[in-house]
Amino acid sequence: MAVEMLSYIKRTSPVHELSGATKLILFIMWSSAAMLTYDTRILLFLFIMSIAIFMVSKIHFREISFVLYFILFFLLLNNMAIYIFSPQEGVRIYGTSHVLVDIAGRYNVTMEQLFYQFNITIKYFVVIPAALLFIVTTHPSEFAASLNRIGVPYKIAYAVSIALRYIPDIQRDFRNIAQSQQARGIDLSKKEKLFKRVKNTASIIIPLILSSLDRIEVITNAMELRGFGKNRKRTWYSGKSFKRADYFMLVLGACILGATLLITFHDGNRFYNPFV
Amino acid sequence: MKNAIIHFEHFTFKYRSQTEPTLHDINLTIHEGEKVLIVGPSGSGKSTLAHCINGLIPFSYSGEIHGSLKIKEKETKELDLFSISKMVGTVLQDPDGQFIGLSVAEDIAFALENDCIKQEQMKEQVMDVLKLIDMENYLEASIHELSGGQKQRVALGGVMVDQVEILLFDEPLANLDPATGKQAIELIDRIQKETSTTAIIVEHRLEDVLHRNVDRIIVMNEGRIVSDSTPDELLASNILGENHIREPLYVKALKYAGCTITHNMHTANLDQLDISSCKEQLQKWFENTQLQNSQDKEAPILEVENLTFGYHTGKKTLQNISFSIKKGEMVSIVGKNGAGKSTLSKLICGFEKVRSGRILYNGKDITNDSIRERSQIIGMVIQNPNQMISKHMIFDEVAMGLVMRGVPEEELRERVDKTLKVCGLYPYRNWPISALSFGQKKRVTIASILVLNPEVLILDEPTAGQDLRSYTDIMEFLMELNRSGVTILMITHDMHLMLEYTPRALVIADGRLIADDSAAHVLTNQAIIEKANLKETSLYDLAVRADIPDPLEFVARFIAYDKEARKIWQ
Repeated sequence: MAVEMLSYIKRTSPVHELSGATKLILFIMWSSAAMLTYDTRILLFLFIMSIAIFMVSKIHFREISFVLYFILFFLLLNNMAIYIFSPQEGVRIYGTSHVLVDIAGRYNVTMEQLFYQFNITIKYFVVIPAALLFIVTTHPSEFAASLNRIGVPYKIAYAVSIALRYIPDIQRDFRNIAQSQQARGIDLSKKEKLFKRVKNTASIIIPLILSSLDRIEVITNAMELRGFGKNRKRTWYSGKSFKRADYFMLVLGACILGATLLITFHDGNRFYNPFV
Repeated sequence: MKNAIIHFEHFTFKYRSQTEPTLHDINLTIHEGEKVLIVGPSGSGKSTLAHCINGLIPFSYSGEIHGSLKIKEKETKELDLFSISKMVGTVLQDPDGQFIGLSVAEDIAFALENDCIKQEQMKEQVMDVLKLIDMENYLEASIHELSGGQKQRVALGGVMVDQVEILLFDEPLANLDPATGKQAIELIDRIQKETSTTAIIVEHRLEDVLHRNVDRIIVMNEGRIVSDSTPDELLASNILGENHIREPLYVKALKYAGCTITHNMHTANLDQLDISSCKEQLQKWFENTQLQNSQDKEAPILEVENLTFGYHTGKKTLQNISFSIKKGEMVSIVGKNGAGKSTLSKLICGFEKVRSGRILYNGKDITNDSIRERSQIIGMVIQNPNQMISKHMIFDEVAMGLVMRGVPEEELRERVDKTLKVCGLYPYRNWPISALSFGQKKRVTIASILVLNPEVLILDEPTAGQDLRSYTDIMEFLMELNRSGVTILMITHDMHLMLEYTPRALVIADGRLIADDSAAHVLTNQAIIEKANLKETSLYDLAVRADIPDPLEFVARFIAYDKEARKIWQ
């Protein structure tokens, strides 16, 4: 299941050692850098860095491969969509047109377009490893603590982490309900007509909502009875304090972001142009 | 006399959504260091009373309060939920739902985090609590991997960490297997003594709580306190019976035998019970009560052969289970929490695919039949009725399975009406389901399966959380179905249900079938009891102590006699 795929993977590595907050801030800086720049040199540098960090984390490729393929599928869709809607985007940006193949009308293949889409693709490859690493190397309990540390109010941080935590429980409820409803003759398979299938789903959704509301009531009472929401602040049992490595990584992250912005914008153009 | 720590004075409470008060004129004083048990049938107001003590009323559930409730001399409605939670620690009923943290340590630290305690200090305090509840080796353990009893310990730890003076347990035994329930009571007793806190236990499994001494028992019914006395006094009276609360079985046996119970007989504890005056009467009653023989059953309807199953590769939840159920039998499936009982029922219904082994219905292999095909012959009622009900009106809910099968309107109406009558729901057929009590909802779910005419009915904990009256209702109803030919399998933690209604029991421990025998034999076999986390019946001990030659037979005769006796007030 996808949820299990994206759960915390316990290892001992320098990446796991960093505090959740550090990883969150680094991730935000890292993706900002990758989003803002179209400078191929920087993107390639970031890409190599990503791979290196990924190796350091001791996470195996197969542990995240499912999610990765899933994202790559969307990358493919994205690339196709760009070409279909805007086949001359590369030419417009780089100002030259080196046609490789002519298809029909404005649909030709130019070096500029290929290069532009190559940049888009590499952006994905810069961000994906970082995002996956943040998720699989940050303990879920630390997740709320790290959100809180970067300034998200703790009630919201807790709400997010509790929502994530209840996904497996709700999945289990869903399974139980679906099974018992199927035993009463409700067909959710493709044998049934679509409209009826949608209608049949309601007979699972309603009990699911009701039993989830029960759950919410219990957990709300449990939290209130143990003083949640009493103060404007709270401490975190599993929050990690910043160590030297955290500060070092944050400074390094800031430098990379700064350098990226400087190199990208110093000539007033976000694009690196190899065609002139 | 010690100081009063909780003091109700002419206290009346009405929920905002209701027209009548749930609590009427409550006057109750609980002193420091006391251990008090509150019992009462469903809807008696005992949970509401507990909510008043822990502050959920009026701060989470609003309503109208008259009179006064003081905790440590402070009027609670002038405080707030957080100050009350510093004084009263609540262990909720649901052992799973109340956990907030993912790991043991984190959950226990939750209250400390909210108090902004520094991390180093928090770690120390958590360790102290873990030692108190004997869980110091489980610091990092994930809560979902713990056993039922360990979960109960962690829940207790989570409130102990606040150094509360009052511990409130809201039905701590619900959902626990009998042996774990017994350990929970021992734990509560030990913690209460070691920390000299005041303990209030709300629970209807009276006999189980009395496994350890309590100072006082409060009986509630219809929103009022009907009795407030020591356990010995209460057991000598008829108050429990009158209020539909199950008396300890040995006490009931004494009463049936015509013994006069006085409050100085130490009735609350079977080991200390002074039985000298009753021996003769018990023996006489035993000789005079006869047991009817049950007739032999027919051919097997359901057979399970070498069933093996695991949710994950490598781990086996069930191993080599084989048994055969005869048509018209009523069988209970018992065993500790997580032993594989529910999984077994899922395999029989086809919800999960077996790894190896066969399931036969009337000699025909149905192992590869789909859920839908099996649902023609096997019906399954899951534990929580809220997970089954999806319609607004009772009639529609019961009719749903038939509508799905495309049964013609006229036949549908006839079958639903008939089922509603059998289930005693006909007068309510046009009611919205939301207006029903938990027990009635359970009935609706049974009806919605029954209308499909299954040959075999499987029920998961049919009576969990029900008081004696609704328990008797449901079970008598199932008996009637059974007599009309439906084969019934029941998963249960209730030893009394097993003794009373199911002649035969399948015992599952750690994924294996360790016994397939009569209920009375199972409950008097020490090895099986220990292995499957069951609990011996106090009737057996009583019979031994009264020098009755055949204690096993005594248990059987008592059960038969009791069933008849209860039919009268039904």
